[in-house]
Amino acid sequence: MTALRRLPVQLLLGGIALLWLVPTFGLLLTSLLPPSVIESGGWWTVLAKPRLMTLDNYRAMFADRQLVDALVTTCVVAVGNTALLVLISALAGYAFAWLPFRGRDGLFLVVVGLLVVPLQIALIPIFSLYNATGLFDTAAGLILFHVAFGLPFGIFLLRNALLEIPVEIIESARLDGASEARVFTQLILPLSRPAIAALAIFQFLFTWNDLIVALTLGRATQPLTVAIFAQLRQYGANIDIIAPAAFISLAIPLAVFLALQGAFTRGLLAGSTKG
Amino acid sequence: MVATQPKPTRTVSRPSPAPARPHHRPPGRWRQPLLAAAFLAPALSILAVWIVYPTVRTVLRSLFGRDPQDFVGLDNYHTLFTTDTLTMAIRNNALWVAVVPLTVTAIGTVLAVLTERIRWAAAFRTAVFMPMAVSMFAAGVIWHVMAEKDPQRGTLNAVVGVVHDAVNPTGVLATGRPSTPALTGDPGSGIALRDPVRPGQSAPLGLTGIPTREVPPGSVPAAIPAAGPDQITGTVFRDFSPGGGQPGVVEPGEAGIPGATVELRDTGGRVLATTHTSADGGFRFSGLDPGDYRVAIGRDTFAAPFEGVDWLGPKLITPTIMIAYTWMWAGFAMVLIAAGLAAIPRDVLDAARIDGASEWQVFRRVTVPLLAPVLTVVLVTMVVNVLKVFDIVMAVAGESTQDDANVIALAMWRTSFTGANNYGLGSAISVVLFLLVLPALALNIRRFRREGRR
Repeated sequence: MTALRRLPVQLLLGGIALLWLVPTFGLLLTSLLPPSVIESGGWWTVLAKPRLMTLDNYRAMFADRQLVDALVTTCVVAVGNTALLVLISALAGYAFAWLPFRGRDGLFLVVVGLLVVPLQIALIPIFSLYNATGLFDTAAGLILFHVAFGLPFGIFLLRNALLEIPVEIIESARLDGASEARVFTQLILPLSRPAIAALAIFQFLFTWNDLIVALTLGRATQPLTVAIFAQLRQYGANIDIIAPAAFISLAIPLAVFLALQGAFTRGLLAGSTKG
Repeated sequence: MVATQPKPTRTVSRPSPAPARPHHRPPGRWRQPLLAAAFLAPALSILAVWIVYPTVRTVLRSLFGRDPQDFVGLDNYHTLFTTDTLTMAIRNNALWVAVVPLTVTAIGTVLAVLTERIRWAAAFRTAVFMPMAVSMFAAGVIWHVMAEKDPQRGTLNAVVGVVHDAVNPTGVLATGRPSTPALTGDPGSGIALRDPVRPGQSAPLGLTGIPTREVPPGSVPAAIPAAGPDQITGTVFRDFSPGGGQPGVVEPGEAGIPGATVELRDTGGRVLATTHTSADGGFRFSGLDPGDYRVAIGRDTFAAPFEGVDWLGPKLITPTIMIAYTWMWAGFAMVLIAAGLAAIPRDVLDAARIDGASEWQVFRRVTVPLLAPVLTVVLVTMVVNVLKVFDIVMAVAGESTQDDANVIALAMWRTSFTGANNYGLGSAISVVLFLLVLPALALNIRRFRREGRR
C-alpha cells in the first residue's frame, strides 16, 4: 500500500535523476564517436549502433603534445596548490585555535572577512606584479594565487575543526613537555584528518576546474580548461577534440568526488552552516 | 544541523571550567606571541600580497583612466553605467540574481523533501550532486553541445523536435500559393477549389511560389488520372514551367507534388475522406455517391520541418546558461537542505500531523520555518556565486553572443584583458562586483560572531 503510494514519487525522482545524468553521459558517448558520426547525428546514434564506439578520439588526444602538456600542468597546479594550502591553513588554524595572543579573534575575523573578496579584484594588480617579477606564465604563479584565495576558507575550516579537539589532549601533551611543533605535527595533523581531507578535496576540485586565473596569468602554461577553451574558440565545432578533453578534465575530479564523497559533503556542511 | 552536532561532546569533555591557561603557559611571556607569529606568518604574508594589496591597488586604480597617470575621479564608474555592453552585463546579472538563487533553492528543497521518502536517496543524491564536481567550464562545454541548434545533433532540440513533430507533423512543402483564382485559401488553413466537383470529374490543383529545390524528392511530371463515373481525380502540381505556361492547366514539364494531403469535403466543408498524392501529383477518390463535393489540399501538406530552437542565439543564450547553472548547483542546495531537514526533530512534525495538519501545512508552517537558517545560507551563497558567474558563460556563449550573455565578471575580464586593456575601467567593474558581494560579507561575519558567542 505505502509502496504503491510512493510509486509516483519514485517515478518522478527516477526521471529527475536521469535528467541530471544525461548531459554528462551524453558527453561521454560523444567523446567515443568517430568525427564523421558526430557530424551527422547526436550521441544517441550510438545507442542503436554500439559498434560505432571507438577510442580513436582519446588516442588522438593523447598524441597531441599540447593537450598532454595541459593535462600535466593541470595536475601540477591542482596538486601543488592543494598541498601548500593545507599546510599553511593548518599552521594558521592551529595558531587561531590554540595559541592565545592579543587581538586573535579580531585578526581571525579579518581573515574570514576576506572569504568574500572576489578574485576578479586581484587580477589586474597581480597580472602587473607577475609581469614585473617573472611569475607570469609559471605554474608557481598560478599555485600561489590559488593558495591565497583558498586561505580564508581553509583557515576558517581548520580552525573550527581544531577547536573540536578536546583540550585535555593538547594540554597534557604540553605538560609532558612536547614542543608546539611536536604538538602540531604529531597530534593536531592526525586528529584533524577529516577536516583536512575535506579542505583538500574542495581546493583540488576548485583549482582543477579553474579557468579565469589560468586564462589571465598564463599563456604557454595552459591547464586543460584553457586548452579546451582555445579549441572551442578557434574552430567552434571540432567536437571530436573537445569532447574527450572535456571528459578527461571532468573524469578526474568526478573520480575524486565519488571516491571521497563523504568527506566532500562534510566539508560543504562545515563550510556553509558553521560560522 | 549536522555540523553543530559535535558541539555537545566538546562541552562534555571539558568538565571543569577552571582556567587552564595560566598554569600551562610556557615559561617566558614573549614566547607565546612569537610562536603564534611563526605559525601565522606564511598565511598572513600570502593574504597580504595576493588579496589585501591587490584590493587596495584596484580600488585606487579605478580612479584613473586607461593611462595610469591620468586621474579621472569617478568617470570610470559613470562610463560603467552608461555604456551599452556594460549596462547589459549589469541587467543580465540582476536577472541572474533574481531568478537563479530562488530556482536553485526551490528545486533543492523539493528534492531534499522528496528524497526522504525513497530508499535509494543516497544514489539519487549522488546523481544530482555529481555536476558539482564537474567544472563550471566542463559543464559549459556539455551544455554547449546539448544546446546545438541542429536537432540531429543537439540533445535539447532533438527532444523538442520529437514533441514538435508529434503535435505538428512535417509536411512535404514549406509553403505554396494558389496558381489561379479558382483556388482559395492559404497554407495555414489548406487550399481549396472554389467550385464544387462531381464524381466523374478531375480537378487540377495548381500551386506556385514553390522554389525548385523545395519540390519534394521523387517528383515526376504531373499528370491527371482519368476519373471513373464514381470517382473524383486530380493532381497537385507545381503550376509553373519555364516560359510561363497557362495557369491552372497541367502542361508538359510541370512537376507533380507527391505526398501532398488531399481532402474530399462536402459542400458544408466537412472532411469526408483524405488521400495522398502519388509521384505525379495524382490522386483519386472512389466509390462516391452522386452530388457536389469540394476538393482541397490539406494544411498538413505545408508544415515546415522543425529547424531547432536557437538556444545559443542572442535571445535565449542567458536562459540557456541559467539552465546549465541550475543543473550544476541544485545538488548543492539539496545536500545542505537535506542535512537541515535531518536535524529537524521528528516529534515536532508528528505532533503537527496528529493535530490534523495536512502534509502541505506541515511543510509550509513547520518545516520551512525550521529550515529558514539553512535556506538563508543557501540563498546567500547562491547570490554571491551568481554575482561572480564567469566560466560557464565563457564556455556556453560563443564570441558572437558574449555581448548578449554578458555578466559583470565577464565584462571585467573582457574590458581588462582581451586586447582592450582598459585597466581603469576594468578595476572599476571589479570594485562594483566587490561592493555587490559585500552584504554577504556582513552576513557571514554576523553569523560567525553569533556562533562564537555560544
